Amino acid sequence: MPDAVIAARGVGKRFLIHHQKATSLKERLLQTRRSQAEEFWALRDIELDISGGETIGLIGANGSGKSTLLKLLAGILEPTAGKVSVRGRVASLLELGAGFNGELTGRENIYLNASILGLSRREISRHFDGIVEFSGLEQFIDNQVKHYSSGQYVRLGFAIAVHVDPDVLLVDEVLAVGDEAFQAKCLAKISEFQERGCTILFVTHALDLVPRLCNRGIVLDHGRVMHDGDPLEAAEVLRGLLGTAADQSGGAAPASSGLRISGLRLVDPASPGVHKGEYRAGEPMVVEVNVTAGAEPPPVAAVRVAVTGPADVPMWVMDAEEERFQPGTARAVRFTVKELPPIQGIFSVATALREAAGGRALDARRFPEALRVIGAPEHGLIDVAWTIEGTKEAKRAKPSAARQRPRAAGDRGRR
Amino acid sequence: MVSAADVRAAAQSRVRWELLANLVRKDLKVKYKNSALGFLWSLANPLLYLAVFDLVFSVFLKNNVPYFAVLFMSGLLVWNFFNLSTLSATGVVVGNANLVRKVRFPRVVLPLASVGFAAVHFLLQMAVFFAFLLVFYRDFIGPQLVLLVPALAVVIVFTVGMALLVSALNVRFRDVEHLLEIALLAWFWLTPIVYPVALVQDQLLHRHLFWMYMANPMTAVVTAMQRAVYRYPSVVESGGVQRILAIGGYTFYLKWLGVAAVVSVVLLVLGLLVFRRLEADFAEEL
Repeated sequence: MPDAVIAARGVGKRFLIHHQKATSLKERLLQTRRSQAEEFWALRDIELDISGGETIGLIGANGSGKSTLLKLLAGILEPTAGKVSVRGRVASLLELGAGFNGELTGRENIYLNASILGLSRREISRHFDGIVEFSGLEQFIDNQVKHYSSGQYVRLGFAIAVHVDPDVLLVDEVLAVGDEAFQAKCLAKISEFQERGCTILFVTHALDLVPRLCNRGIVLDHGRVMHDGDPLEAAEVLRGLLGTAADQSGGAAPASSGLRISGLRLVDPASPGVHKGEYRAGEPMVVEVNVTAGAEPPPVAAVRVAVTGPADVPMWVMDAEEERFQPGTARAVRFTVKELPPIQGIFSVATALREAAGGRALDARRFPEALRVIGAPEHGLIDVAWTIEGTKEAKRAKPSAARQRPRAAGDRGRR
Repeated sequence: MVSAADVRAAAQSRVRWELLANLVRKDLKVKYKNSALGFLWSLANPLLYLAVFDLVFSVFLKNNVPYFAVLFMSGLLVWNFFNLSTLSATGVVVGNANLVRKVRFPRVVLPLASVGFAAVHFLLQMAVFFAFLLVFYRDFIGPQLVLLVPALAVVIVFTVGMALLVSALNVRFRDVEHLLEIALLAWFWLTPIVYPVALVQDQLLHRHLFWMYMANPMTAVVTAMQRAVYRYPSVVESGGVQRILAIGGYTFYLKWLGVAAVVSVVLLVLGLLVFRRLEADFAEEL
């Protein structure tokens, strides 16, 4: 595949776990039996084709092989089986500030580190001011790095890494460091890379970031790819694997004989039967709650759907008071939203199942980041009518604040 | 088709002079940071050696070598280059584990930077040495100085080969470091730095063992360095003639430098092969 920026063909990585690692010659000579080492396949049969400009979230439980995969792609480790190819300059944010020398100043470390990352002196000089500014360490740039705080250290490392001008950016859990302002800066930088067509692969445990930033999610489990595709589904697949699939806010474990929420779909009425997570303001949408009934379901049940915004602020709630389910069957309860409100953002959808009329909770599930509404105002969250004093004509609000999602609107529609 | 992206990818895996220079500069900066005398300290070591050996050999043992200091230094400085390069290359991959495990870059620059670091010291020490010669030992100027060129070329190739080999092997077998410390000490005394090579030649030539002694590339280099600078092949004493430099004209030196060059190239190729082979596992072994 010529246009694949990253390709992995049947890649496997085996580690040998020596119970007592022999690193001296004597031990090697005396301990000739190879059987002392236990084999461990960190990755197996990985097939990947990633084309330019994709942003991919790589998720999985601890020890599932995420970091090993990043290191293979970064060229730090060699695969035991198969072949990895990556085209272009790779910047790997595996550990920020790796290779900094405490005795040197920030300035000296910038030159050294960037040089190790493959930049020429000219390129470094061109980016130098940008690096310093991004790190916010102007006053400390001529101090020895050993006097930096750990946050400053990481900031400098990140600033250098993102100024390497990469074609491929590999990010491992680094967004978890730094204060909030710096994290926001990092996310903005990642968006900037996306716009520039840079290919990004990042490992994260913050599952809600995956649908927000990525157009594709890959779930690894015990070294194998469990899911490769829709980022929202990826997050759900992993939640399933981790056993945190449902946010059991109702508290009641669903009895197998009763009712259970088996799924949720957002559907465009124009193309029924297909899940679609992204809508324009004003478009209609159907929320389908799939309910599975056991042998003895309660005669009547209430289904509630709540759409919540950032920080779990409830946006609106829809209730179906009297639903009846036949024993041993499954069916969907459909809520039709005639017109999505002109508020853009990413919303979670929560659904709960109760015995009729405010009775006992039977099941509850939450689907974070399930819905995305775009394209209401050009900037900002909502549309507001306003005037300037002295003008008669009413205007539409266009605050210059950056949009919440800097990505181009049409970009995420493929699913 | 080579795109700009491919070129930039190559910059991450190719050895670039600039990167090498930056690493050497870093080592120098780190070494002499916060030290008032800074680089002058690198002259302390050879000066101390000079004082001690001069005292022992010229005064206590009365070896009657005129200008013993010149003979000694012409061998010692080049030996120190080899010694320092090899020793610091041994630990260089392990010492930069942090970098090797986390960043993609041509690992081979690490041992090369060790050699570069030692080379900077060597050049400055040589500069001081030659300044000293210009003042106290004008005799050294002459056509035989040309021998410096092949001698330095050989020692550089040999040292780079050695540095590659030991830096890679030490990742897997940490014994290399300890082994080398001892080996280098023995090696130092088996190389005619402190004593005139003629003594060895007298002892071994008639037993047909002298070739074994000369097969040591460092011996070929050191004797050539001495011949290039030192002007007293032999001295007349009360009891007869004592030779200091080896018998044989330029052919002798060029022959053994040629042998050393072959050994050095073989070592360099071996070093590169071993390094390439083991490099893939560095990140895991560390």
